[in-house]
Amino acid sequence: MAILGALNPMLTVGLDAASDSAWRLDAYVKRGGYAALKKILAEKTPPEQVTAEVKKSFLRGRGGAGFPTGLKWSFMPKAYAGDKYVVCNSDEGEPGTFKDRDLLLFNPHSVIEGMIIAGYAMGAGCGYNYIHGEVWAVYTRFEEALAEAAAAGLLGKNILGSGFDFQLFAHHGYGAYICGEETALLESIEGKKGQPRYKPPFPASFGLYGKPTTINNTETFAAVPFIINMGGDAYLETGKPNNGGTKLFSVSGHVNKPGNYEVPLGTPFSTLLEMAGGMRGGRQLKACIPGGSSAPVLPGTIMMDCTMDYDSIAKAGSMLGSGAVIVMDETTCMVKALERLSYFYYEESCGQCTPCREGTNWMYRIISRIEHAQGRPDDLDLLTSMTPNIMGRTICALGDAAAMPVQSFVKHFRDEFAYHIENKKCLVPPDVQRAGSGFFKATV
Amino acid sequence: MLTTESQKKIDREIAKYPDGQQQSAVMAALAIAQEEQGWLSSEAIEAVANYLGMAPIAAYEVASFYTMYDLKPVGKYKLTVCTNLPCMLSGAVDAGEYLKQKLGIGYDETTADGKFTLKQGECMGACGDAPVMLLNNRRMCSSMLPEQIDKLLSELE
Amino acid sequence: MLDIEIDGKATQVAPGSTIMDAAELVGAYIPHFCYHKKLTIAANCRMCLVQVEKAPKPMPACATPVTNGMKVFTHSQLAVDAQKGVMEFLLINHPLDCPICDQGGECQLQDLAVGYGGSASRFQEAKRVVFQKDVGPLISMQEMTRCIHCTRCVRFGQEVAGVMELGMANRNMHSEIQTFVGRTVDSELSGNMIDLCPVGALTSKPFRYSARSWELSRRKSVSPHDSLGSNLTVQVKLDRVMRVLPRENEEVNECWISDKDRFSYQGLNSPERLQRPMIRVDGALREVEWTVALDYVAHALKDIARTHSGEAIAALGSPHATLEELFLLQKLTHGMGSGSVDFRPRRRDFSADGKRAGTPWLGLKLAEIKDLDAALVVGSFLRKDHPLFAQRLRQLAKGSATQKAGRVSLISVTGDDPLIKLHAHLTVAPADLAAALAGVVKAVAQLKGAGVPAGLENCEISENSQAIAGSLVGGETGEKRRAIFLGNVADQSAQAGALHALAAELARLTGATLGFIGEAANSVGGYVAKALPTALNAYEMFAQPRQAYVLLGVEPELDCHNPQQAVAALKQAALVVMLTPFASDAMKAYADVLLPTAPFSETSGSFVNCEGRLQSFKGVCRPLGDARPAWKVLRVLGNLLDLPGFAYDSSEQIRDEIVPQGTDFVGGLDNGVGGLALATGGERPALQRIAEVPIYSSDPLVRRAPALQQTADAAAPTARICAATLAQLGIADGAAVRVTQGQGTALLTARADASVPPGCVRVAAAHATTAALGEMFGPINVERA
Ligand SMILES: Cc1cc2nc3c(=O)[nH]c(=O)nc-3n(C[C@H](O)[C@H](O)[C@H](O)COP(=O)(O)O)c2cc1C
Ligand code: SF4
Ligand code: FES
Repeated sequence: MAILGALNPMLTVGLDAASDSAWRLDAYVKRGGYAALKKILAEKTPPEQVTAEVKKSFLRGRGGAGFPTGLKWSFMPKAYAGDKYVVCNSDEGEPGTFKDRDLLLFNPHSVIEGMIIAGYAMGAGCGYNYIHGEVWAVYTRFEEALAEAAAAGLLGKNILGSGFDFQLFAHHGYGAYICGEETALLESIEGKKGQPRYKPPFPASFGLYGKPTTINNTETFAAVPFIINMGGDAYLETGKPNNGGTKLFSVSGHVNKPGNYEVPLGTPFSTLLEMAGGMRGGRQLKACIPGGSSAPVLPGTIMMDCTMDYDSIAKAGSMLGSGAVIVMDETTCMVKALERLSYFYYEESCGQCTPCREGTNWMYRIISRIEHAQGRPDDLDLLTSMTPNIMGRTICALGDAAAMPVQSFVKHFRDEFAYHIENKKCLVPPDVQRAGSGFFKATV
Repeated sequence: MLTTESQKKIDREIAKYPDGQQQSAVMAALAIAQEEQGWLSSEAIEAVANYLGMAPIAAYEVASFYTMYDLKPVGKYKLTVCTNLPCMLSGAVDAGEYLKQKLGIGYDETTADGKFTLKQGECMGACGDAPVMLLNNRRMCSSMLPEQIDKLLSELE
Repeated sequence: MLDIEIDGKATQVAPGSTIMDAAELVGAYIPHFCYHKKLTIAANCRMCLVQVEKAPKPMPACATPVTNGMKVFTHSQLAVDAQKGVMEFLLINHPLDCPICDQGGECQLQDLAVGYGGSASRFQEAKRVVFQKDVGPLISMQEMTRCIHCTRCVRFGQEVAGVMELGMANRNMHSEIQTFVGRTVDSELSGNMIDLCPVGALTSKPFRYSARSWELSRRKSVSPHDSLGSNLTVQVKLDRVMRVLPRENEEVNECWISDKDRFSYQGLNSPERLQRPMIRVDGALREVEWTVALDYVAHALKDIARTHSGEAIAALGSPHATLEELFLLQKLTHGMGSGSVDFRPRRRDFSADGKRAGTPWLGLKLAEIKDLDAALVVGSFLRKDHPLFAQRLRQLAKGSATQKAGRVSLISVTGDDPLIKLHAHLTVAPADLAAALAGVVKAVAQLKGAGVPAGLENCEISENSQAIAGSLVGGETGEKRRAIFLGNVADQSAQAGALHALAAELARLTGATLGFIGEAANSVGGYVAKALPTALNAYEMFAQPRQAYVLLGVEPELDCHNPQQAVAALKQAALVVMLTPFASDAMKAYADVLLPTAPFSETSGSFVNCEGRLQSFKGVCRPLGDARPAWKVLRVLGNLLDLPGFAYDSSEQIRDEIVPQGTDFVGGLDNGVGGLALATGGERPALQRIAEVPIYSSDPLVRRAPALQQTADAAAPTARICAATLAQLGIADGAAVRVTQGQGTALLTARADASVPPGCVRVAAAHATTAALGEMFGPINVERA
């Protein structure tokens, strides 16, 4: 289990690491699960009121963009005659992120309950949870949890005798980062390549099978029952203004205890770092990517002054994104790190937009040649003048996601890149890099 | 081409989607066909396409888009090593090199006895357990330091 | 309406319009590759980025909906920078070898690169290389490195052709356009993908490297093949047709043409082109001068008319012949005292002749198809007989954001997939076509609460007929349009009259329009030219052999309903005169005189398409060898025979005699029929032949186009039989069989085919291997060979 710590936890409260039954329905119910759903159904809460409560909570989408969830729900047409869908985005593929995996593995019913409530609020009768292909155990577990819920009358026709119908199914991915983008995900559910759709029309008017659809991240749905139980205001207060609630942060890289940590939004980064056991081998924080690989990198000094919430990180010049905190110490070669990231974006570009398809490969090849002692003096200028031609010029945000790391790495660590080009070698010696990785029990 | 067993599994997937949307089951169906046959031959892809009533090239688009489908035969054990940044920071590149040496093959190669295929993968959503590898698309292997790699290889007969 | 301003020019557009639509209205050009007005929006090339006031980033004009008061700048710094940025990305992996590219000179990428490309490339890596693919004889995918991934070709297949044959496999910069593992592209509309490809990735295999685009002169023409009358641009170099492209006409062919229209020009240069007149002398055909040949014909015809009677002479024209040619042919025949002239060689039942209220036609304009609420097609190999007409029905069945879908049903003699989302599909043996249609008539009568029409009391109503009836009765508003179309099989069937009467009754009951799709370029024009019998019709003139035959553009062994009978009659005749651009060995066996006439590309003339549209065209190059326009040959013959009214100086003069000057649509169009009783058809033979006319066998020109003859559609005929009937016959799938009709046999391979109704054998007509057989839908015998 990689949920290692929490401050004022909600999502992870009462999760027993050692138990292999804590995820089950009865355990969830014992922890107070499905109370929110039962309350709504029993009290016949008007759907708009559910949405209003979510609006009040200032819950912001946990998938990356941080879009206010209640507002998104309110975009769904109310008087629509046909089918509507609720889709959960568990295609967690953003490098550094592994929170949805644990949430689904250890607390799947919180997501199911959140999705049923969402279906109720938006008048949708069917939902799909799109689960990252590589985490197969999560997919099988989620299917088991669905069976439990259905057996208990929590899914299907006439839920708990309320007259409300809601079906929920699991759909697995099979290896494509882009399917985390919501419209690529919809295409993928429809049995096609995961190529994002141009918006407008937005999913709320033309989504799955052309029907109104709302897509939220796993963690977003999991938060919904808590909002209903404690009320939107109380939820908001757990975090800080405009940043309601707690958030799971996936901490990876050069820390002693990589893992997931649930903390209230607004918690200082230093606190989070401490919870994660501090820097590996007591080394220095060189750089940190605070919100998944697509977020701009921040130098350690700037990072140490941040609190972990959407606004503070944005002010520092990056994004809270999916809450994946990638920590790098001084054994990291920033050129090599960027080379690997740009390879990822090149490899994962869906291939439809010209700037992304061609640009991601070009960026990778330039950075790769810098890393491999083939850099040219004007390469950094080439990178800085080319990346703006990708950003904002593509159908989905993968183009931006690919360009931002390049821009930020070159901006904050330009000297290191220049050193590479000039001296045809790393500023950080290879053996230091290797030792820092900790694979062989060497120390620096 | 598809065994009745596989067809049953595919039928279960089709049932998840609205009437007339059986194409939605193509990813699952391709995965099922691959599990049955070890890899996805053109015949297998066409069989899936016909079963779901879609154009073979549409099924091929899907099979060639998602990385977990194998369009060429692979060894009995396919090990996919995540080498993305978070894993790299915790030794994934070294883990890959270690495996290459032990198996005597490079990425995208299969051992002469047909037992192992080594692949490089992208983020598997398990960065906290780095270095991670995926065995045969199903089993996630965590914290793959030398001892764990040795242990895994000795387990796989 | 929404207000929008583009580069300072204001206009108004309908809600739902995009910036690209608006730009077209104000005449502002926005560079683009993936956008195509007939395809769904992909917005993937990103070339059309423009600046929109208040938007922080440039927006793709093709995909951005207009909002009220929007201000767009297509040439601002932001827009141009964005466009240049995209162009740089497009070019980094492009070969940039325009001088050796087949598309050079007509390449959108080349044109735009001049305006938006940088002078030197900043990309210094090795370029991507994409392997070539072999997808059949028509489309070359030799240079896939040039592909810019706009997916127009893929969308064309999915959306217009109705079949996805090309896809974009893989992802990222390794995305590749391909077919499924080495398959060929078989769609009958495939060539349009060549036009759609904005670069030199998909090119025409027959045309490749035969000329550079700037060496070609472009001439207007009209397709001589099916009844749609596709508008063509014919490209000519040194009096040789090098390429045929669509000429856009939204009301006729939109911006498409079928592969038949596009590639059959190859047949114009066939080695079988007849270049000098020939006369049989002492049993052998000899080349002679025109004057000798024409004198000979005039004398011989006069002789026969004198020794026998005028009625000993019969004349048969092709429905692919021009209006002017057919007019002169009938004038000549009548002038010699014969009423035996016709232009419908594949027709069997002429019971409607003399009972028609006017010229049979489509019943509506092609452009009106999209407005139909429901359509029923009876007796047609829709896709293969009429590729673009089928395409219009495909769009109708699909509907769009702006157009409501209509329900399309089909009653056909095989289960071939029309690639149309059908409301109902009824497949019956040819002998049961009338009964099937009668079932629909009866069901409609019952739905309407009208009495069952006389003659239909005993006919049965299947589930499908009920469904079709339901779609035709429809919403009862009377405003919604419905149509019933009779196809080639209905026209060629022995029940043609019955089908016409039943369809007319159905139209009367439902308020639907009745129409004939028509087999050939001049299926309507032949009626207008009055190339119609007053004595023996196209079938009878062979059933009752004549002394002399004048054949215009037909190859009887391939073009007649009963080739066996036709050839037997020709062989016994004293005189067979053929006006033809081609001479095959078969023709040389019975022809006494071969007069080389000009194909459509070498003569002027007119076709009247299925909707009655008169389309005149001029020759695009000089006649080959000594070939002459057939109208001129007929004129000289008329003169030599001393017939009055043959003093024409031009084909236009002839046309103006047939239809009033300035005619766009011919008059007298009327599908009414009187005095035909409603009947449900005749005897059903033990085993019935189903003879389709394969798409690339339908006329002499296309039969000689080599590339088309290598396609899957041109595969040699087999005997296709359903599994149950095969079992009854004791024949195995794949067995060699002897197929017999009358005296004629063909040795074929039997093929199990679930699309063929029980009790039927599908054996194609219009093919040399089956030319010895008899009636297209007659009794047939199959036994192990
Ligand atoms: C390239 C790309 C990858 C994405 N990957 C994910 C992902 O793995 N998980 C996720 O929840 N959202 C991902 N998103 C964001 C989704 O498009 C979408 O905004 C999100 O699922 C909405 O849920 P939320 O409002 O609850 O955050 C991705 C977006 C892009 C452009
Ligand atoms: S930006 Fe890249 S990943 Fe996104 S749609 Fe365009 S090509 Fe695909
Ligand atoms: S034409 Fe608009 S993106 Fe291609």
